[in-house]
Amino acid sequence: MPLAAFIAVSAALFFIGVAGVLVRRNAVVILMSVELMLNATNLAFVAFSRRLGVAGERGSVFVVFIFVVAAAEVAVGLAIILAAYRNRPTVDVDQLDEMKG
Amino acid sequence: MSVDVVGLVWLVPGIPLAAAIVNGLFGRRWLHRTTGVIASVALGLSAALGLAIFFAVLASGGQPRVVTLYEWIGVGDFRVDTAALVDPLSATMVAVVAGISFLIHIFSIGYMEHDRGIHRFFTWLPLFVFFMLTLVLADNYLLMFVGWEGVGLCSYLLIGFWFEKPAPYTAANKAFWMNRIGDWGFTIGTILTFLTFGSLNFHEVFDKVAGVAQTQPLTITFIALAFFLGATGKSAQLPLYSWLPDAMEGPTPVSALIHAATMVTAGVYLVARSTPIFADAGSALVVVGIVGAVTALFAATIALVQVDIKRVLAYSTVSQLGYMFLACGVGAPIAAIFHLATHAFFKALLFLGSGSVIHATEEQDMRRMGGLRRKMPITYWTFLLAGGALAAIPPLAGFWSKDEIVGAAFTSGHQILWSVGIGTGLLTAFYTTRMIYLTFHGEPRDHHLYDHAHESPPVMTVPLMLLAAGAVLAGLVLGFPPDAGFIHRFLAGVVSAEAGQQPEAPNYVLIAVLAAVAVVAALIGIGIGYAMYARRRPDPAAVSRAAGPIYTLLVNKYFVDELYDHRIIDGGRALFGAAWAFDAHIIDGIVDRLAWLTALIGSGLRRVQTGVVGNYALSIAAGLLVLIVVYGGYATGMLHR
Repeated sequence: MPLAAFIAVSAALFFIGVAGVLVRRNAVVILMSVELMLNATNLAFVAFSRRLGVAGERGSVFVVFIFVVAAAEVAVGLAIILAAYRNRPTVDVDQLDEMKG
Repeated sequence: MSVDVVGLVWLVPGIPLAAAIVNGLFGRRWLHRTTGVIASVALGLSAALGLAIFFAVLASGGQPRVVTLYEWIGVGDFRVDTAALVDPLSATMVAVVAGISFLIHIFSIGYMEHDRGIHRFFTWLPLFVFFMLTLVLADNYLLMFVGWEGVGLCSYLLIGFWFEKPAPYTAANKAFWMNRIGDWGFTIGTILTFLTFGSLNFHEVFDKVAGVAQTQPLTITFIALAFFLGATGKSAQLPLYSWLPDAMEGPTPVSALIHAATMVTAGVYLVARSTPIFADAGSALVVVGIVGAVTALFAATIALVQVDIKRVLAYSTVSQLGYMFLACGVGAPIAAIFHLATHAFFKALLFLGSGSVIHATEEQDMRRMGGLRRKMPITYWTFLLAGGALAAIPPLAGFWSKDEIVGAAFTSGHQILWSVGIGTGLLTAFYTTRMIYLTFHGEPRDHHLYDHAHESPPVMTVPLMLLAAGAVLAGLVLGFPPDAGFIHRFLAGVVSAEAGQQPEAPNYVLIAVLAAVAVVAALIGIGIGYAMYARRRPDPAAVSRAAGPIYTLLVNKYFVDELYDHRIIDGGRALFGAAWAFDAHIIDGIVDRLAWLTALIGSGLRRVQTGVVGNYALSIAAGLLVLIVVYGGYATGMLHR
């Protein structure tokens, strides 16, 4: 399989994620879309690592880091959403505009 | 000797500083009146050590020693240390300053007893002593300047001690500003000294003076004049004298310590210390002598008509300081230091005596006093002795020192200055007699005041008696026989104009004749005073009417304050007004405009902050797109490698 195919899938997943973040209003769905973007990145890392890796596919190591960061991000993100929901019973991000300047 | 007391010299200013810190930190909350005891004990230790050092220097035959605390500034060859120069001159000054400060601190415990600000008083007074001792001990001009500014600051704080009232803080500001002019002179002198000699250390500078004087005589003259300007500010000489009478708004012990015995003599000390510079300064020395003599006469005439007991003493102080500069000017700095020492005793005593009277009567106007002799015998007798010393009655202290100054003016060939000195002596005797008669003799003019008057407690009268012993004996102990007494031999190596040379044997016939003339002048002054104020023949009121315009001129102090106000202060105000306008409109204007611009941009940008997460996400995505477009080529290159 050519590298381009992996990158194409990765790019597609990434922009689906971007579209999800931009279009959807439900905070939980936005968080899921972010996960999609992160995993698109992981795919790109693994693909490049396999093709270009010289000394033992070092690029794959970043994938492990991204898993950890993604887990932390989800934990914090869900906690924020929960706190916001308790404050005002909605998960619609367009209605959460207290920080308006 | 087993203990090296001279090595401990930094404890002499150190102990008062410690007392000032303790009283400053804990006085208001916890110590209150105990601050007076702490300060007095500290000053007692300091004075004892100061005397021990004096005797140690005496025992070592007046050998100068430098005690370095630490290196202060070291840049290339230029080096300034925090170091004390212990020689006969500074040892004499330390003994006088620390001793008199100690007595005045004790007196103040009684005098300030009922004042709410007593802890402030006993913070600043020891602090003053610290700076004054630093000033006299310094072995270079820069460290001396630290003490010089420090005593000015303490003087300012203590003149304005009762800052709730308008007169004290106005007086404090006046003193501060006039001293600034003098300090400017000191600064110029210090800078010029550094530029000319490449050093500020006394010994290094004085070693080079004679050589430099050969090539650049004008520079030496200019340095001397700049230092003398500093001295006129600190020591209240013409034309910068008028802050001292106003400084009497401070508490009386402050007037005694700072504005009579010690700080105002700093200028004399500076000139005496710089004797090698002044000796080679040509016409500068003449200026010093003339300014001193004119100030002495000028201030004495104003003192003739003052009715506030402290003001009489203040003008008298200006006048006596004039004598000291006269002595420096005619090449007799030892006589100046001698008079400085005796004057410190009897003038501190006069001020403390007046303080005792003010404490008893709560009045400073002599016209409302009278007859207090019966109510306050100790104050009266000590005041009388000090007055005798001021009027130069033999064998009291003032006679020996003042006579020596006047005699030196004659023998050095300045007959005009000599006659001014004699005339001033007559006036001095007159106003002293007048002051003593108005205050202590005659019938009480205000019975309410008289009935409430009482002798002061022992904490105040004991210092009076000790100072009285000094006022009587200091002249005999230090300066007998004339021109060859203890102080002359002690100081000869340090401050005589021709260092190293043996002074000529004094001509005692000439000295006796000159002294007789001075004593006769003083007795005439006392006689006139006695006739006018005890016998009322001629009646003082009639005399003042007859004198007419002269009397008006004197009562208004020659209108000097008005002259300064209209000619100089107004010009200054116009300048300051222009500076203020520049600051308010140009500087502040620029700052205001900048703030306004920032606010404008901010109010525009705040619309961007919608608070909707979607908008933020969109702008992040847009930013990412831009990055991809810009760096896209680079990324493609990676892909095809």
